[in-house]
Amino acid sequence: MEHLFDIFVKSIFIDNMIFAYFLGMCSYLAVSKTVKTSMGLGLAVTFVLTITVPVDYLLQNYLLKAGALSWLGPQFADVDLSFLSFIMFIAVIASMVQLVEMIVEKYTPALYNSLGIFLPLIAVNCAILGGSLFMQERDYQSVAEATAFGLGSGIGWLLAIIGMAAIREKIRYSDVPKPLRGLGITFIITGLMGIAFMSFMGIKL
Amino acid sequence: MSEKEPLFSSKNLRLITDPLNTNNPITVQVLGICSALAITVKLEPAIVMTLSVMAVLVVANVVISLLRKSIPPRIRIIVQLVVIASMVILVDQVLKAFAYDVSKQLSVFVGLIITNCIIMGRLEAFAMANKPWPSFLDAIGNASGYGLILIIVAFFRELLGSGTLFGYPVLEKIGLYKTGYENNGLMILPPMALITIGIIIWVQRSKNRELIEEK
Repeated sequence: MEHLFDIFVKSIFIDNMIFAYFLGMCSYLAVSKTVKTSMGLGLAVTFVLTITVPVDYLLQNYLLKAGALSWLGPQFADVDLSFLSFIMFIAVIASMVQLVEMIVEKYTPALYNSLGIFLPLIAVNCAILGGSLFMQERDYQSVAEATAFGLGSGIGWLLAIIGMAAIREKIRYSDVPKPLRGLGITFIITGLMGIAFMSFMGIKL
Repeated sequence: MSEKEPLFSSKNLRLITDPLNTNNPITVQVLGICSALAITVKLEPAIVMTLSVMAVLVVANVVISLLRKSIPPRIRIIVQLVVIASMVILVDQVLKAFAYDVSKQLSVFVGLIITNCIIMGRLEAFAMANKPWPSFLDAIGNASGYGLILIIVAFFRELLGSGTLFGYPVLEKIGLYKTGYENNGLMILPPMALITIGIIIWVQRSKNRELIEEK
């Protein structure tokens, strides 16, 4: 139980999706204009990550990895399908997003309306595919670990985009040099936030 | 059509030159930032990444452009993803076979070319509505615009952060360390990539005032 918590905290702060790996930057830059919309997108990303990472974990370990098919019988023991993982992961993500969209629309129409266009766009958010690829690379040991990692990364992304949106709401009132306005200053602020987040690196988990 | 358009008409050439500056995919269209930042610690991976993105984008753009009339609009995203993902698998296998070290350095970012927004963005915005040849040029242009920024960022980060270029110790050879100069370790860390791009945007926009954003 304890090491699950370690993975969770580590993926929020130390291996933060945005500040350490720059994943999901496109929607992060485009949507972080107000706190309200970034909250919605952040929650949706967290939700999808928490589902897709464990599902992709199961796929990876019972279908794709070298020797993963041995549960079918000994003749499959040396089949290695790992070159198919990109296409499988992206298919899982695209269909999960579609599924999540349908469920949310049916049971909580209010949330669906507030998320609007962001829900379908999550399919091409690199944080989601990145989560699955990191899960594959780091070789987590159980579904529980993969879930903790997915949830933690999602919350880390949520924290980053809300922080950014809050800063951008305030910066509207300050006198930024003209050529730096908009995109330029957003990059520099993200960099400074990243430096702040680096102070978590010293924590040993 | 009375007259056949020449292959390199001025309109077609603009498809290549525009993305290098006034319509740069990274600094103006804000596409494909994710991978641009993470792999720019050294020049070599940055160049390999540029070539991979160029290969994927060129093939995907031409294929989608050829298929544009037969793709039903409702499922176009899935069709695009399948074309991109198959290309990325090819690129990944080629890198693993012929440039294993670089492929290890790029780690998950080769796979992330699939969700690189430049590729989806160009397919949606250009290839779905244009003939194969302009789409080919558009792909070359946008991939070079992306590569240009990648190489500028990687140049400064490698030079200031580790004092080398392509692994060759430039600063040591010209004897800068004897004067008391030291490498700036911060340049290697992720946040400086963001700040470097921020500064590139600043320089570009102060030269080219049309790009300045309203509040």
